[in-house]
Amino acid sequence: MDLITMITIFVLAAFVGFEVIAKVPTTLHTPLMSETNAIHGIVLLGGLIVIGFANSTLDEVIGLIAIIFGTVNIVGGFLVTDRMLEMFGTKKKKKADSGDGAE
Amino acid sequence: MPLAALAPDSGLVGLLYIVSFSLFIYGLRLGTHPTTARRGNGLAAVGMAIAVITTLLLQGIGNWGLIFAGILIGSIIGAVASKRVKMTEMPQMVALYNGLGGGAIALIAWSEYRHWVHIDKALSTSGEITSRQDLRELVEGSHLSIKVIPETFQIFGSVPLEVLIPTLFAMVVGSISFWGSNVAFGKLQELIPSQPMGLPGQKVINGLLLIGIIIGGVVLGVNNDLGDLSQPLFIAMLVAAAFLGVMVVLPIGGADMPVVISLLNAFTGLSAAAAGIALENTALIVGGTLVGSSGTILTLEMATAMNRSVANILFAGFGSPAGAGAGSQEERPHRSMTAQDAAIQLAYADSVVVVPGYGLAVAQAQHAVREMADELEKKGVSVGYAIHPVAGRMPGHMNVLLAEADVPYEQLKEMDEINPELPQTDVCVVIGANDVTNPAAKTDESSPIYGMPIIEADEAQQVLVLKRSMSPGFAGIDNDLFYHPKTSMVFGDAKQTVSDIVSELGEL
Repeated sequence: MDLITMITIFVLAAFVGFEVIAKVPTTLHTPLMSETNAIHGIVLLGGLIVIGFANSTLDEVIGLIAIIFGTVNIVGGFLVTDRMLEMFGTKKKKKADSGDGAE
Repeated sequence: MPLAALAPDSGLVGLLYIVSFSLFIYGLRLGTHPTTARRGNGLAAVGMAIAVITTLLLQGIGNWGLIFAGILIGSIIGAVASKRVKMTEMPQMVALYNGLGGGAIALIAWSEYRHWVHIDKALSTSGEITSRQDLRELVEGSHLSIKVIPETFQIFGSVPLEVLIPTLFAMVVGSISFWGSNVAFGKLQELIPSQPMGLPGQKVINGLLLIGIIIGGVVLGVNNDLGDLSQPLFIAMLVAAAFLGVMVVLPIGGADMPVVISLLNAFTGLSAAAAGIALENTALIVGGTLVGSSGTILTLEMATAMNRSVANILFAGFGSPAGAGAGSQEERPHRSMTAQDAAIQLAYADSVVVVPGYGLAVAQAQHAVREMADELEKKGVSVGYAIHPVAGRMPGHMNVLLAEADVPYEQLKEMDEINPELPQTDVCVVIGANDVTNPAAKTDESSPIYGMPIIEADEAQQVLVLKRSMSPGFAGIDNDLFYHPKTSMVFGDAKQTVSDIVSELGEL
């Protein structure tokens, strides 16, 4: 892929990101941050690529650490965001559901 | 070996990555409303799973043992941490995760660079490359981005600039983000003092470090023949960036943490996007850029909410040792009252607005506050919450804490929404908040916080301030609100005081 294509993708993604995220209300900024934490866990892909081609122990160690960091971000980030968002908005519905179950 | 190894340049990989980052964008889009945000988060997670699986299926990916070990360890740590972390600790966690992301990127960039150096050495020491086939065998299973070599069929002795520049950027910014975030984490977790700390001549040192890093990058770029010095130079840049990260965040006080966390979030995202360009991975570019945009928006919003520029927060900082003189005020008269009196005052009000601050979070008083609101509503008092944009230690932190305590979403009012209602409010209860209610921000041009938008608690008919003592807040500025004739102070631990008020209300 040539550099210009990649820069095009970068610039378009930046505009899309600004448009979408500017609409997130202040109330949801903390979950937004932890969700973006999870999304930047996408560096895991970089870790997978470099460890696949590691030609020394040092590179393997570097890659392993990068994979662990990236996975913690992804798993921890999405789960904790879910935990937070569960407290917003869906509360009443959940109570109703459990009420139904009890009956 | 995977059943279906995908060629890195096959269309299918590109398509799957498009599905993946579309889910990120759509997921974030659903994040604009509390009722849909949870589903959005789930969709983004599905997108991530697709991206990871696609990458695992790439031709030439190997080292399965290490890959699965890493993913397993990371998943366990992530899952356990996400269950255990308290909502008050969310800023620390986000800081730590920013750091992990930045650290991972710096490491990946380093490995990527080492990889290119290795290829170069292999090419220059092996004199047997006489055909395109030899070259291909040499680089086979080597690296995805190596495919440029057969095209030119030249034994080039350098890293292509379009790889080198993003790699260096990713390494430097990732390293700054890693170390800066760890310092921020340390401050939030109170492992290091949250007060601003600085060395004499710190700005000069930071400037020199930055210049050194830039010069190092230019040298590697111009003198790009991968001599034996290139690796030590690369590592020196990595270390300099690490120092820069520590030195920039260390002098920043606790009150500015929402800005710092957002900024480091943006840094991590941008470095991930740069790594994506170096590795020619579209999912990485888009994912990183989205995070970069988000962090940038939050940084600017937080800075606006404090009426300060980002540069001012990073480099000047009030609350820096030479800044605002704390304790210069002599004793001034103020009124204090007991929890019992406060309860009576609240019970006879028609409308009450609670202004929660970080002190509430520290005291874990959010549940007690919710009980107080319930008691008041039973008595026919209307209750609302006024949330300042920088209340808490990260953007939106206070909303999460109150949501955790089951406070209905509709009762949470943003600053611009609540300020016009405050003059008609009978009692404004300020709990563990200080600077965000300081009227000096409106009236006193000499005040360091002059111009900062505030919750106009002083406009309410009566004010109750729940606080441990008369000590000034993080900014080290005395709050005129506390000495106002219509203000009564209720001293003590916020949680204890609110609980006392709740039990008094129950008896009334």
